[in-house]
Amino acid sequence: MRIGVITYPGSLDDRDAQRAIKLAGGTPVPLWHADSSLKKVDAVVLPGGFSYGDYLRCGAIAAQAPATKEVVKLANQGLPVLGICNGFQVLVEAHLLPGGLIRNEHQHFICRDQKLRVENNQTAWTNLFEKDQEITIPLKNGEGGYIATPDTLKMLEEENRVVFRYLELNPNGSMNDIAGLTNERGNVVGLMPHPEHAVEPGFGPDRPEAMRSGIDGLSFFQSVLKQLVSS
Amino acid sequence: MPKIIVEIMPKQDLLDPPGKAVAGALHRFGLKEISAVRIGKRIELHYDRPITEKDIESAKEQAKSFLSNDVIEDVVKVSVED
Repeated sequence: MRIGVITYPGSLDDRDAQRAIKLAGGTPVPLWHADSSLKKVDAVVLPGGFSYGDYLRCGAIAAQAPATKEVVKLANQGLPVLGICNGFQVLVEAHLLPGGLIRNEHQHFICRDQKLRVENNQTAWTNLFEKDQEITIPLKNGEGGYIATPDTLKMLEEENRVVFRYLELNPNGSMNDIAGLTNERGNVVGLMPHPEHAVEPGFGPDRPEAMRSGIDGLSFFQSVLKQLVSS
Repeated sequence: MPKIIVEIMPKQDLLDPPGKAVAGALHRFGLKEISAVRIGKRIELHYDRPITEKDIESAKEQAKSFLSNDVIEDVVKVSVED
């Protein structure tokens, strides 16, 4: 299964995402923002970083890139899409997910191993998790405060579209402790924390058993591969 | 140089962290009467020719669709300066 990773000017974690796909058993396909061809990939990851230097608004310019326009078109037809951090901001700016992301409430860039609860395990990217499973993956952002209108928040909660919620500490002031969301269909998922940085023993978050042994992020990529194989 | 000015502000009912930080600093300078600070954006669209009604119309359109995000911001003014 071929999973594309789009590189924008300023993307940072595109190669980590490619590596995560490989470790999960997929074939990573590098995609370029200016190219409107997605090379017939089976799924797409929008990586973390600072596309276009976060100018205008985080993700706003990347949301208008030719590759992103194609992602929007195919996502509406069911293509699995995962937006991580800046990728989540791109998905929001491209209106594939509702709401907005603003500067962290406390003003600081924050980098920590973040505990999350999986609220929805019915999406393309979370089907290998248990419902309510607690996972830990790295988080690193400056503008990760999730906001939405009261009506949108109510809709997201009622339709079970909050996929991940921050546990123990809300790192950025996100409303309802929202760390990640999905669309109506469950094929598009966006989250601020970074699953691609928790895929290989020795390089992930600490666990009680051993330092840096956390690989909770691997299940994201294995989930989409499982769904693609069975569809 | 003729230009169209687009002014954008964070929505009134939303927290504006940069504004809050600046308000805190101003209070430390002794300007305690300032009850709040909000920080927005001014975007200038420059033209090398006179600006037409059509230019203003398309600027207004871009101000709403691309230059601002209506979830978090309001376009407060689109004006022309010579």
